[in-house]
Amino acid sequence: MAKVNTPKPAELAEALEYTTPQTEWMETPAVIKPGTFCWGAKGKNLGIVEFPNARDWNPSEEDWKLPENWQEIFFTGMKNLLDKYRSFKVFMDICVRCGACADKCHFFIGSGDPKNMPVLRAELLRSVYRNDFTLAGKILGKIAGARPLTVDVLKELWYYFYQCTECRRCSLFCPYGIDTAEITMMGRELTNLLGLNTDWISGPVANCYMKGNHLGLEPHAIMNSIEGMVDDIETITGIRINPSFNRKGAEILFVTPSGDLFADPGTYTAMGYMMLFHELGLDYTWSTYASEGGNFGFFSSNEMAKRLNSKIYAEAKRLGVKYIIGGECGHMWRVLTQYMDTWNGPADFMEVPVSPITGTRFENSKSTKMIHITEFTADLIKNNKLKLDPSRNDDLVITYHDSCNTARGMGLMDEPRYIINNVCNNFHEMPENTIREQTFCCGSGTGLNASENMELRMRGGLPRANAVKFVKEKHGVNMLANICAIDRATLSASMDYWVPGVKVTGVHELVANALIMTGEKERETNLRGDALPGKEGN
Amino acid sequence: MKIVLPLVAVIMLVVLAFAGVQVAGMQFLFGVLIPYLAIAFFIAGFIYRVIKWGMSPVPFCIPTTAGQMKSFPWIKQNKLDNPSSTMGVVGRMALEVLVFRSLFRNTKTELREGPQLSYGSEKFLWIAGLAFHWSFLIIFIRHFRFFMLETPFVIQMIEGLDSFLQIGAPLLYLTDVVLLGAVTFLVFRRLAMPLIKYISLPADYFPLFLILGIATSGILMRYFMKVHIVGVKEMVLGLVSFNPVVPEGIGVIFYIHLFLVSTLLAYFPLSKLMHMGGVFMSPTRNMANNSREVRHVNPWNYPVHVHTYDEYEDEFREKMKKAGLPVEKE
Ligand code: SF4
Ligand code: SF4
Repeated sequence: MAKVNTPKPAELAEALEYTTPQTEWMETPAVIKPGTFCWGAKGKNLGIVEFPNARDWNPSEEDWKLPENWQEIFFTGMKNLLDKYRSFKVFMDICVRCGACADKCHFFIGSGDPKNMPVLRAELLRSVYRNDFTLAGKILGKIAGARPLTVDVLKELWYYFYQCTECRRCSLFCPYGIDTAEITMMGRELTNLLGLNTDWISGPVANCYMKGNHLGLEPHAIMNSIEGMVDDIETITGIRINPSFNRKGAEILFVTPSGDLFADPGTYTAMGYMMLFHELGLDYTWSTYASEGGNFGFFSSNEMAKRLNSKIYAEAKRLGVKYIIGGECGHMWRVLTQYMDTWNGPADFMEVPVSPITGTRFENSKSTKMIHITEFTADLIKNNKLKLDPSRNDDLVITYHDSCNTARGMGLMDEPRYIINNVCNNFHEMPENTIREQTFCCGSGTGLNASENMELRMRGGLPRANAVKFVKEKHGVNMLANICAIDRATLSASMDYWVPGVKVTGVHELVANALIMTGEKERETNLRGDALPGKEGN
Repeated sequence: MKIVLPLVAVIMLVVLAFAGVQVAGMQFLFGVLIPYLAIAFFIAGFIYRVIKWGMSPVPFCIPTTAGQMKSFPWIKQNKLDNPSSTMGVVGRMALEVLVFRSLFRNTKTELREGPQLSYGSEKFLWIAGLAFHWSFLIIFIRHFRFFMLETPFVIQMIEGLDSFLQIGAPLLYLTDVVLLGAVTFLVFRRLAMPLIKYISLPADYFPLFLILGIATSGILMRYFMKVHIVGVKEMVLGLVSFNPVVPEGIGVIFYIHLFLVSTLLAYFPLSKLMHMGGVFMSPTRNMANNSREVRHVNPWNYPVHVHTYDEYEDEFREKMKKAGLPVEKE
């Protein structure tokens, strides 16, 4: 496919304004603009996971090669979803269009496109719902805000449901909790029935299904990647660590997003996990079969998400572990918190997680048997089990980005902050309306982080980047910490674009830098190979 | 169009009631039949809608968490915005329903040169929303004086408080002023803010105009165009006790008021006004965030096709052996 040009930051900012078109939104057709959408799925990938209407298709072509009876498929699917989800039904019915959610979406803030206001994104589908599922809509039609489902309407739905990262910020502000993320999930299910998935989602899904992880790393490739990190750790610390894979009888299974194994700066975070576990002498194993914490299935359909997620419990059972620790990832943790146990539980073959180091029982996850690594580490630090030298991170001035999902789909907020404050000396929060439950999305979640989608991603990334810029100017922040593998990839791009000079890190990279390991040599560099503060001359 | 149509509709309703009563003398239709039908439709419709929502299950535990979750004893949980217990949920819902907690959070995004974004607190919608809903409720309760022979003490008390300014005769009720003000503001807001205007439908203006009509006719009746109050009470008591009577000489403004109220009742279950019931059923607000602690059961959970470990090993066995990984089958 042709390369798509992304406007320069100044050009983009210059043209940004919050105005409305002359024509009503129903009369304003969606223009599918290069740089703001992802390539269509390949039939081959959809076929691997037995999705219906699998075929190659291209969103920028006129003909989407829809099946003959596409409307029928859509409506049957919609009825099915309305019957299965009270959330969907209630959210279709009770919006009062108060507009409280309107300017809360990062895509609206960064694009100024009124259809990116959560309320209007939802109305795109609600108008179709009214037309075919409500009495008022059937009788009054357009006066009641109804419109028939045409090919153009379908295209518009597709375009805008793949411009929502399911971040739930809108839901926070809605007086009825209407969650446009939930509506987007339904909308994407419907587009999936018609084979209208994107390449960037369906590729990883097919990979994960067959090979265990989004990147499609085969067993030996996973081991190679981790071996490479082990070598780097030895170079830096003089300590050779020896991770195990698919080991039966280990106490703990460790699952993290495969992104951590693949590219900087995620790999530094993965090195951090391993150094910590080694220092503790933790009895844990990696799995090459359940080698993905994230879940791109979640961005296509509920069933697909469940199919991918099933591997985690299945592998825990096969290996006979007592419980599971999960790495740093955002949407992974919404899935693990709000879906996994319901789909694939009960996990009664495991035990309530207990830290072997501190003896702390993790009561809050006594059913899922899976704890977040920042919970595990915060507990270690609180109990003085780690020897830390925060001054090794003194070259960094850090701020922390809450991932949408750990903030609004879980509520994990103080654990990572507690860790950061113990392993670093310079930490500053971004403005209050941009953190914790009000956090802004990185702009590229839910499988939108394709390079052909760069303009949209940078637009969606503006609010987050702008808050980083604020603390950069005020406090000299040069490092953006987070607990999400997607963030580590996408925020790096949006920082380079909007706030050059700010780098991105996982929390456990910071931990490992500060961690004084038993028998380590005098460290000269941090995990990135940069000289430690005070060692610059060496 | 979006605005004119609902406005015309409400005017038509007024004209209809006026003509029906004043010209055609259909007091019984407008004073008895229509109110009865409207109330029946309201009750049946409301229940139908709620049951219809209830028929769809809540397959997953999906609260929108708005604060720190339950964690270690040494980390403070935000028990109201991220509740993990039923009591917490009751608290969260109470805050939501009684004082509009989420609207209270509202901010306004501002874009300046640079670009520089800022998010200031924006409380107007919250204040107007609270003022509107609470004054509406109080006015509704005040009307119970018409439904009972003896005005109960509570209602006398509310009336007393509501008119504590002691202005005019009959005494001016504060809530009348507040309601009119709040509804006017809400209409004005829809018209004045381009983005809000853009998302508004006729179905957003219609109830506002209708309520304006109801409030105005009520105020006219009380303060300006005196109606035969004893007759009104007799008539309402008759309706309530299912012994409808149509006393003479009540005044057409009363019938207009009653007809608009009837319209509102009948319209209610067909419209977004159902948010009154829906707010209680919203899974992002009415669930405890405890799904890691207590398994949430999905009634339609079904087995799915998965790629098993055995299939995986079959595909990669040789590679796994070569890499030194343990395998189940040699
Ligand atoms: S805040 Fe809620 S009710 Fe208001 S417009 Fe948005 S979705 Fe609708
Ligand atoms: S979930 Fe996030 S991305 Fe989607 S509409 Fe709401 S605020 Fe926008």
